[in-house]
Amino acid sequence: MMPELGKYAFAVMGSYAATAVLIAALVGLTLWQSARMKRALAEVEARQEKTDG
Amino acid sequence: MSIWEYANPKKFMQTSAWALPWAVGLTVVLLVVGLVWGFFFTPDDYKQGSTVKIIYLHVPSAMMAINAWVMMLVTSLIWIVRRHHVSVLAAKAAAPVGLTFTLIALVTGALWGQPMWGTWWAWDPRLTSFLILTLFYFGYMALWAAVEDPDTAADLTSILCLVGSVFALLSRYAVLFWNQGLHQGASLSLDKEENVSDVFWQPLVICIAGFILLFVTMVLLRTRTEIRSRRLKALLARERVA
Repeated sequence: MMPELGKYAFAVMGSYAATAVLIAALVGLTLWQSARMKRALAEVEARQEKTDG
Repeated sequence: MSIWEYANPKKFMQTSAWALPWAVGLTVVLLVVGLVWGFFFTPDDYKQGSTVKIIYLHVPSAMMAINAWVMMLVTSLIWIVRRHHVSVLAAKAAAPVGLTFTLIALVTGALWGQPMWGTWWAWDPRLTSFLILTLFYFGYMALWAAVEDPDTAADLTSILCLVGSVFALLSRYAVLFWNQGLHQGASLSLDKEENVSDVFWQPLVICIAGFILLFVTMVLLRTRTEIRSRRLKALLARERVA
């Protein structure tokens, strides 16, 4: 199943690995920031709703 | 219905909430199909051997690195002219995504260049303008982080974006008007004779579509976070005043 990459295996596999790492970092950071901001906003909105009655 | 409706944060949040699951699904399908097809089911190139498989990462990421900056240019211009907050927040949200694509293009380009050109890097017009574009991405993000007042930050970063656009365009067209350097011409062109062979072209187009949708998905998600962050700051300011 795995294609024969020959003497270029490092270049090809390195490219795919580096891309996977960079995209995973971007997606992970984006989801983490999104979840953190959602939580922080929900907390403040709940607090202000309570205060406003 | 006008496009300016989406400048309303509430309307943007509603529409993006509907669009996001579709964008995520399509991104995953296109990237998996394109990359699996390209990696496992295409032959080696007669000149470049198996390194041709890097094309499915390098070309789409390089295209999106430049297109992300163009999108930031358009949304920054909208901010400068019409003062719509969502538009400049979308530009801010796009910068880390564009930077990631730029880094992917640089890394995969170096890994591809070493066996083909015999060097990881050359001060070639396209490579150099791409490196400068990378520095503009870092500068743009640093400027957002350095200026406290959001509207001042939006004004300054929009101006920086206009200046950086010179290098974004240079990255794309350098190969056309500078007849020197190691980097070859465009891999895809409207001129059929210049295109890569069909056997590589078909999965490549799918990968390009996947990278475009990955960009759209990330920008939608990040813009939503920026809008929430802006609302959070407004609510906290209200608390302090009360």
